Amino acid sequence: MAIKPVTPTDEFVKGLWRDNPVFVQVLGMCPALAVSNTAINALAMGLATTFVLVMAGLSVSLLRHFIPREARIVSYICIIATFVTCVDYAIMAISIELHRALGAFIALIVVNCLILGRSEAFASKHHPGRAILDALGMGAGFTGALFFIGIVREILGSGTLFGVGLFPDGFQAWTIMVLPSGGFLAMAVWLLLVNWLKKREAEAAGRAEEVAS
Amino acid sequence: MAELKKYLEIGSSPHITDGASVDVIMRNVFLALLPVTVFAIYAFGIGAALVLATATISCILTEHLLCKATGAPSTVGDWSVAITGLLYGLTLPPGLPLWMVAVGGVFGVGIGKFLFGGLGSNAFNPALVGRAFLQAAFPQAMTHWQYPFLENRFEQVPTSVLAMPFAEPAYDAATAATPLARMKFEALFAETPELMAGLTTGSVGETCGVLILLGGLYLVVRNFMNWRIPVSIFMAVAVMTWIFQQIDPATYPGPLFMLFSGGLMLGAVFMATDMVASPITNPGCWLYGVLIGVLVVVIRFWGGMPEGVMYAILLANAVSPHIDNLIQPRVYGTGRGVQ
Amino acid sequence: MNGPAPVQFERTPAWKMYRSIVGIGALCALLIVTVFVATADRIAANQARFLARAVAEVLPAAHTTVSVGMDAAGRLVPTSGVPALPVFLGYDASGALTGAVITAQGMGYQDNIRVLYSYSFEIDAIVGFKVLDSKETPGLGDKIEIEPHFLANFEALDASLNADGTALANPIVTVKEGAKTEPWQLDGITGATITSVAIGDILNASANLWIPVLERDALSLTPVSDGEDS
Repeated sequence: MAIKPVTPTDEFVKGLWRDNPVFVQVLGMCPALAVSNTAINALAMGLATTFVLVMAGLSVSLLRHFIPREARIVSYICIIATFVTCVDYAIMAISIELHRALGAFIALIVVNCLILGRSEAFASKHHPGRAILDALGMGAGFTGALFFIGIVREILGSGTLFGVGLFPDGFQAWTIMVLPSGGFLAMAVWLLLVNWLKKREAEAAGRAEEVAS
Repeated sequence: MAELKKYLEIGSSPHITDGASVDVIMRNVFLALLPVTVFAIYAFGIGAALVLATATISCILTEHLLCKATGAPSTVGDWSVAITGLLYGLTLPPGLPLWMVAVGGVFGVGIGKFLFGGLGSNAFNPALVGRAFLQAAFPQAMTHWQYPFLENRFEQVPTSVLAMPFAEPAYDAATAATPLARMKFEALFAETPELMAGLTTGSVGETCGVLILLGGLYLVVRNFMNWRIPVSIFMAVAVMTWIFQQIDPATYPGPLFMLFSGGLMLGAVFMATDMVASPITNPGCWLYGVLIGVLVVVIRFWGGMPEGVMYAILLANAVSPHIDNLIQPRVYGTGRGVQ
Repeated sequence: MNGPAPVQFERTPAWKMYRSIVGIGALCALLIVTVFVATADRIAANQARFLARAVAEVLPAAHTTVSVGMDAAGRLVPTSGVPALPVFLGYDASGALTGAVITAQGMGYQDNIRVLYSYSFEIDAIVGFKVLDSKETPGLGDKIEIEPHFLANFEALDASLNADGTALANPIVTVKEGAKTEPWQLDGITGATITSVAIGDILNASANLWIPVLERDALSLTPVSDGEDS
């Protein structure tokens, strides 16, 4: 069986489901658990991370022949930290409230191993177009995953979605869901679901192969 | 040896049994819990009966449906999940909304037991996992205590029990203070006859220490329970409390108060002795019991919450595999006296 | 271009490494400065708006506020412009003095903490408190913003002056959680000891600096009519 060539679309799509950074690679857990207590925080964190991912991926890819092997990690971190600082300023310019809600976690995007991981494993070995597609896919997968965790936590923990009340008055908030332990619980339930779906997918693929042979 | 074992035997030890299967043990545990349950319903009325029924049914249904969903044969027939449900119900406040009872039951059995691999594989006591979840999710509802022996307890269901799902419960009366809450917040810790007889408020099944002890005694006599666990818990609590009472009798209550208040009796006799989540060896059980006792005293005296039995047992559950690792049973024919 | 790049085994010469690291560093610095310059005005405007809202929050009775400062002789004077730690006097609709809002700053556990508090001339106490800026540990130090028992300290935190009006009669101090016995003590937060002690120190230093001056001069200062609306 011939190996199918990897199309640009594949580079984008793999981050959404097959190699989803949160649910499959389990990378970037610190922001995924800490800033997913409401849907809007999760979205903002996801978008900020996506921006840094794309810009860092692009820069690393462009500079990949310029960066010597021995000094690559320090160069990547320097590039990533620069874009994180820019995002920090940009968010402050957009809304101080959002900046306060995201708190210390914006600065912590620097140490999100997802970004360093993609720079090292992908962007440094591929040309800029592919690096951007990969980063966009990973960023979308990361944002989506955070968003799904955030939805569960916000609905159960505060009875709202995007700050809009979903229930009549007297809703009993599940305090645990806005606490850190709620992040672990929501994350675990999604992981369970994703792994179960993946298992079914693999079984279906296995059956299809059997039929084909 | 390890390789040999694989071929020689299919089941794990023990290989010589006295015929006590899971359902025989569990039926005896049920018998032992019967007086406690009857007293609980007598003390707290229909509300408590509904809480206990919902707890048991939600646990049984969760296990049954999860077994069905994964294509495994249903294991509800062995009574163990029913006992889990009943025990879980006994740890809840009598006025807890039924929908919260059901949520905790689903969580305890689903996450605390089934995801770990079902009976025999759970790291934590599932009943307490359910309760711990509720304590973290609904702290107000979990610390609202109904007065015992209300006049109309057999005619009227407390409003809060029938709260709509996801709605905040409304209460008929202000919360009563449990003996431990009075110790924590008002520094009152008299060893009153009410306390000994179980006439105070508290969780559904934790108030009457004497009946719990009676149930435990029955299980010990029938050899269905390792008596070392509750005894070591009681001893650790009593000794530690006694020492502190000698140091400062104005601040610290005496051993009798500590033993008969809160969920210590119920926890020590029926929860800590969970056969799966406690250590295997007898010295391990002593260590495990002392650990629970010390943790209970530490949390009650210096923690933020008045009661700590649940967390003490869950923490000790987490440690129990390590205790088993530390204290390995002597293999027959090796060690002592063998050259 | 696909597939892994060939692995180089020979060492890269030092000048090449210098070139790349210095080059990347320079590029990054250039980018940061550009973004900083581009966003500085909007950030300043956002911060001013945020501050105005915060002032209204800690001193809701004020209809108009006037920014004040201290001159070289230590007298209270109206100021224009935005100092690093602004102080405001609040007046109600009829022009009567309702209170003062003071910004204070000090070292917390992680970084500087900037807070806003309001002072009531009527009861000589701190009656409002809000954290403007803190990088305290999420889940521990940031409890100073949400912990109800800590915020309850600022319903009326005694800040009355001594007999000659030169300093606080009793210094504001943070005590262990649950050990508050006096109205000038701050009930601390277990698990965030350093942060809650820092808040006590920040308030004490700032109140000792400002409240004697405010008590002496604030009433004689005439409000600017139709000044900036809060």
